[in-house]
Amino acid sequence: MNYVILSAILFTIGALGVLIRRNAIVVFMCVELMLNAANLAFVSFARMSGNLDGQVIAFFVMVVAAAEVVVGLAIIMTIFRSRRSSSVDDANLLKY
Amino acid sequence: MFWVIAVVSVPAALGMIFARKAVYCALLLAVVMLSLATAYAVLEAPFLAFVQVIVYTGAVLMLFLFVIMLVGVSSTDSLVETIRGQRLWAGIAGLGFIVLLILGLGQATLPAARGLAGANRDGNVQGLAALVFTKYVFAFEVTSALLITAALGAMVLAHRERTSPKPTQKELSRRRFESGRHPAPLPGPGTYARHNAVDMPALLPDGSVSELSVNPVIGGRPELNRSLHTDLEGETERDAVADDVAAVRAATVRGEAEPRPGTDARSGGPSGAKEDGRK
Repeated sequence: MNYVILSAILFTIGALGVLIRRNAIVVFMCVELMLNAANLAFVSFARMSGNLDGQVIAFFVMVVAAAEVVVGLAIIMTIFRSRRSSSVDDANLLKY
Repeated sequence: MFWVIAVVSVPAALGMIFARKAVYCALLLAVVMLSLATAYAVLEAPFLAFVQVIVYTGAVLMLFLFVIMLVGVSSTDSLVETIRGQRLWAGIAGLGFIVLLILGLGQATLPAARGLAGANRDGNVQGLAALVFTKYVFAFEVTSALLITAALGAMVLAHRERTSPKPTQKELSRRRFESGRHPAPLPGPGTYARHNAVDMPALLPDGSVSELSVNPVIGGRPELNRSLHTDLEGETERDAVADDVAAVRAATVRGEAEPRPGTDARSGGPSGAKEDGRK
């Protein structure tokens, strides 16, 4: 139970980071923190219900997170290469 | 154990969102991930604990650090808000969210933890493998498609199309000479009688100092260099060079007065002559 609340707190911190940070890489790290918090909830629920399904899901989340990091960082690199900035405020080309 | 993990991970996560430098954020994220790995170990998930350390702190964070180094370590967040009151409202939203989550969890009737002693009877890895290859085998197969897509996507995104043909070696060398600037490698620093430190400029054959031989970042900080070279007795390295050049000049003038074969027999070139001049 304690661990579920810890994961809720970590998830909220990650969401706050996504909302207030401007650097795309840091925003990305906060997304990672949210995924990790969700994993912690999965693992503690698995222990609560006494089977391993939650751990399997957490394992899949880790795989998805790793793939997401690869693609996301490649996108950040591409944006940085074309506009010399990694701030999310500058990437507003789709707005107009 | 829980309190140790909580006390380490929550301040680290908070520090992550308030640290202004991206490198600090990455290192604090590493702290959070390691403490979460400890939490997995405590929660009877040893396999996930190791995967967390290997995949997250090992691979993902190193990737983050690589990208931070590529994008520029010095880039810090600006403190100017583009949307007015954004931080305030983000804080209020976060507070509301955490209150909502904790109230919801408090209302839920969660069973007491049953523990995984039964499920982990044959070993945690064996139990996970049995589930992955039976109940979740389709998700497992789809994961392989995801990984291939991610690898392809990263390659496509990181690829840069070549717009001009690759220059041949002939063209490269012609370009180097046509620019009219120093076609040869730059002279190395410190090829100089008394000192061979990287911030000591090289002497050219005519006794002048070669500015090209010292990295401009190092050469531009004389106040630092003075404290580094205690053997210069308070002189800056330029003064030391000037003294030695004067000594060399004196020696060569004396050498020219001597008969010609004598100077040739010394066989020294500039450095040998210089050492003689100092004696």
